[in-house]
Amino acid sequence: MLVPISWLKDFVDITIPIPELVRRLTMAGLEVEHVTYIGLPLPQTSASGQEAALDAVGTNNSGLAWEPDKIVTASVSEVMPHPNADRLVLCKLYDGEREHVVLTGAPNLYPYKGLGLLPKPLKVAYARQGARIYDGHQPGQVLTTLKPAKIRGIESYSMICSEKELGISEDHEGVILLDDDAPVGVPLADYLGDAVLDIKILPNIARAANILGVAREVAALTGVLMHIPDDFYQVPAEGPDIAGKASIEITNPELNPRFVLGLVQDVNIKPSPYWMQLRLKLAGMRPINNIVDVTNYAMLEVGEPLHAFDYDVLVQRAGGSSPTIITRAANPNEHLTTLDCIDRALSSFTVLVCDTAGSLSIAGVMGGAESEVFEASENTDNNTNGPQDAGPSARTKSTSTILLEGAAWNNINIRKTVAAQKLQSEAAFRFSRGVHPAMAERGVRRGIKLMRQLAGGVVYQGVIDNYPLRPADPVNELTPEDVERELGIKLSVHEIIKILQSLEFKCELITDQPPQVIIRAQTPDYRLDINDGLVGKADLLEEIARIYGYDRIPETRLTSELPPQRSNPTIEGEERIVDRLVDLGLQEIVSHRQTTPEREARRLAPGTPSDDQPYLRIINPIASDRVVMRHSVLNSVLEAVERNSRIRQRIAFFEVGPIFMASEAGERPDELHRLAIVLTGPRSLPGWQKQSDEVMDFYDLKGIISGLMEGLHIDFLVEPAEHPTFHPGKTARILAGEQQIGIYGELHPLVVERYDFSPNPVVAADINVDLLTSLIPDRYNMQLVPAFPPVLEDLAVVVDEEIPGGRVAGVIKQAAGRIVTDITLFDVYRSDQIGKGKKSLAYSLTYQASDKTLTDNDVAQIRQRIIRKLDQELGAKLRA
Amino acid sequence: MLADLDRIEQQALKALEATQDETSLEIWRVAYLGRSAPLMPIFDQLSKLSKEERPAIGKRANEVKRALETAYSARLEALRQSKLQQSLQSERLDVTLPGRSIPIGRLHPATISMRNVIRAFADMGFQVYRSPEAETDDYNFGLLNMPPNHPARDMYDTFYTSMPSVSLRPHTSPGQIHVMRQYAPEPIRAILPGMCYRYEQVSARHETQFYQIEVLAVGKNITLGDLKGTLGDLAHRLFGQNIRTRFRASYFPFTEPSAEFDFECLICGGKGCSVCSWSGWLEIGGCGMVHPTVLQNGGYDPEKFSGFAAGLGTERIMMLKHRIEDIRYFWANDMRFLEQF
Repeated sequence: MLVPISWLKDFVDITIPIPELVRRLTMAGLEVEHVTYIGLPLPQTSASGQEAALDAVGTNNSGLAWEPDKIVTASVSEVMPHPNADRLVLCKLYDGEREHVVLTGAPNLYPYKGLGLLPKPLKVAYARQGARIYDGHQPGQVLTTLKPAKIRGIESYSMICSEKELGISEDHEGVILLDDDAPVGVPLADYLGDAVLDIKILPNIARAANILGVAREVAALTGVLMHIPDDFYQVPAEGPDIAGKASIEITNPELNPRFVLGLVQDVNIKPSPYWMQLRLKLAGMRPINNIVDVTNYAMLEVGEPLHAFDYDVLVQRAGGSSPTIITRAANPNEHLTTLDCIDRALSSFTVLVCDTAGSLSIAGVMGGAESEVFEASENTDNNTNGPQDAGPSARTKSTSTILLEGAAWNNINIRKTVAAQKLQSEAAFRFSRGVHPAMAERGVRRGIKLMRQLAGGVVYQGVIDNYPLRPADPVNELTPEDVERELGIKLSVHEIIKILQSLEFKCELITDQPPQVIIRAQTPDYRLDINDGLVGKADLLEEIARIYGYDRIPETRLTSELPPQRSNPTIEGEERIVDRLVDLGLQEIVSHRQTTPEREARRLAPGTPSDDQPYLRIINPIASDRVVMRHSVLNSVLEAVERNSRIRQRIAFFEVGPIFMASEAGERPDELHRLAIVLTGPRSLPGWQKQSDEVMDFYDLKGIISGLMEGLHIDFLVEPAEHPTFHPGKTARILAGEQQIGIYGELHPLVVERYDFSPNPVVAADINVDLLTSLIPDRYNMQLVPAFPPVLEDLAVVVDEEIPGGRVAGVIKQAAGRIVTDITLFDVYRSDQIGKGKKSLAYSLTYQASDKTLTDNDVAQIRQRIIRKLDQELGAKLRA
Repeated sequence: MLADLDRIEQQALKALEATQDETSLEIWRVAYLGRSAPLMPIFDQLSKLSKEERPAIGKRANEVKRALETAYSARLEALRQSKLQQSLQSERLDVTLPGRSIPIGRLHPATISMRNVIRAFADMGFQVYRSPEAETDDYNFGLLNMPPNHPARDMYDTFYTSMPSVSLRPHTSPGQIHVMRQYAPEPIRAILPGMCYRYEQVSARHETQFYQIEVLAVGKNITLGDLKGTLGDLAHRLFGQNIRTRFRASYFPFTEPSAEFDFECLICGGKGCSVCSWSGWLEIGGCGMVHPTVLQNGGYDPEKFSGFAAGLGTERIMMLKHRIEDIRYFWANDMRFLEQF
């Protein structure tokens, strides 16, 4: 919300510099996101003394300072035609020092051209020679300095300014015409200077979505009293009694707790005075005419959105009798064309304001176009072409009788309506956050008072008030012990009461239950954010902390009891997996988890079964390539490899993370944790020395898998497998007992084609992390470090090509028993000499006994057993 | 004979000087100290000499022998030294050439940051838990004191899914309910790290997914001061004693009082830059005292128990630490980024 400081000052004295005010508001939960200085000097950022304070404020400032000696108020006594140009005029201007002739092309001065000496001089904002202002003819804000020039033969060195030139608004249609009572020759900054705070209104601070509300916070935070004039809400009692001029029927008080009407006869519709127009603009709204402006102004000021009806139209619709306003929920299939000329299908929960002839507006959100009533405050956001364009500015009638509505609506229902209709307005912004019903009457009275002031007319006495559901303003009880228990500060009863009273809580002390002293606090009747009971107590504690100052609360350490300590095998197991893979030289990555089925389908070779698991789809995706939650961590890693293959030859990535399976039965989708590893490119990094140019293949990956499983102390087996992602001859699955932990291999050539990889083979693994972590043993035994020397021996055997090496090693191990502690394959050899369809496998064996030094005879016996077994089971022959 | 000895000594020493390496020195040793060295016949003849001559000759012969042996050792040492010097001189590397690159593994920077935060909290007695990323609306909002159509739901730009009433968690706070329901009425000190999702246009400051870590302490006599102290300690652990922090009032439906916890922006030193939205402060997270309704939903009696909760963005912390000016680097997984951590 945009809050001009000058408006705040109507209600509270501001005793501290603006940056300090900004800091205190921000610290108290009214975050000031930006300050726009209008003419006033910006806080110095370079001066060392100021810097620390500004740092603490941490707010973005902008604006144009008006030099006091160069930009002043002035009066124009005569507007004369330019001798050589129809679109220019010459103004006889007095700036408090002397008379000037100032040239301008402002269209809003044309009506005064050639009228001679004006009966009432025009008051303007005048920039003298050398003044720094914004260039009115360039888009955006471009600074320029006024220099003498000749325009169409006439000397010009100064300027009557538009709002754009002074940084007030984007308006460059004409020059500013100040109110008639403006002084002449004073610095403009003294007369109009302002600073506009842009305050972020959080849901619990809705009561401060208005000037009065912010002023109350300022008063409480700076320890000063508010000054609201006694007659602020007082309507002059001059006309006839309002009774009988209209009636109100509320069908559902839950949705419409209160409805108030006021009436002013024969108002004179015209533009608002400049001071009001300026405030509306600074607050982000566009001035229309005095009636519309008053409804907006009163809403901004006290927080109650108002709606002005043309009373004569309502009487006409009621067939000449006094109108009845009816509030009700929309009927099935009911439509209403709102002021933005959109025909809207209404939901059954939408509340309408109607008369006997039909619907008039969507309650609390926007008026209807069809009913031809006097459009007022409920326009859309300031920067759009609001519905005001279709409103009263087009009307020719210059006087009217205004029936002014102020009501209270159920905020949840307004919020639902706003969401269903996708329709925002200043009124809906406030009503959807909650406006206290007490404000309905105050808003109407304030609006009527301002209308009378600006538009004349006769005010009917009193208001018509239907108030079927009065909210109970909660009364809460609080003790200093509560404050200490929750906030960790010791405050006296007196200090607590002082804080609550600064926020206009009515407090009394309950002392009849000594030693307890209880403070009983009555919530002021404009707040809906204070509850009762335990929550109410928390609400009050928050208020005390805010006003006391979060920065004053001491930092303490937890003294409460520690909970029982527990291990978390899942998370710890995952951490071990990640750490082990990093140890094995892999780079961890973390990918976006939103993708598309098409992106993920690339990981499966064409013609193989597709992924038919149900996806968890995003109903409101942010981009067309992020519409589901992923099914495959492997695809995430492959995509990362794809992107990096443009910048790196060697890539070794892994990712551990969840995949998501929509579930028909479950409350939530299944979140399964997967590990994907992808390797591609040269085995070693590039360098200037001679090195192997081999690229990573299946066995590099297998080495990593073995390293991982050994690190986790899980016994596993590997056997050939097939999978749509992988090359059918270069794929293996990892088994622990009967359970498949994962699958790995070289990517299928048809899969490789679907990604944009560099030409090297790509090997990948897809592993079930949930299963893997569950298999990590709690503990494992250390193997004795042998005290006796081992015997090392090589053994080369020739077997048929089809016999897997794994089986050969298995047979050796089985035959050798515990004495052979290590079997390492060091050569695989094929040649004509060995024979076609044969291969030689050479192993290095370590013989080791734990209780003695082995003799040649011991070793020879075991060797014979191995050779015999290899021959019997695999037909293997010792290589000559 | 004495003259012979003098001559032998002179000859030998002269020959010794001519040796230039260990091989010629060895030849010299055989020649002058070996079995057929010229000294040997003199020793052999000693027994044949007269009693008068023998001591002088014998003494002198031994002297010469020792002198030659000493000279030999000195020469050997000198030759070795000079050989070593020579080889040291000739064996010179260009030390400015690059070293061999060894492929090494690395954690993702987001993991590094998360682990740093976890470690700091673990040292304060907090334990790690995990809760689902795709959550029910009830856990995401309802149980956190945001019934349907609550205005505060506007604060969370949420991704909704094809499963009715399941949305991607916009914060880690639903984990509070899981932990409380599991452990009530025990005291709690828990941290819940994990991925969160927001429907947000991607920019230098915003990503559609981000890591958050939820901090939850429930017990007796836990105060807002304890929350400030705990988060202040975290800041000091991560950034040293001089880091400035700010704790300002804010609003979250599931905490009251609520606060926003800011670290001074180290990228601009608090002056204002694009990363901190020109504010000089980086919002690290929201926090507050656990709302009585949430305590009740978790199974704790708010009259006996109090607690604090915080949700901290760990990428933000990493950005602060390493002057990362664009959050989009994190999930792009560009090796030129990843290799720096």
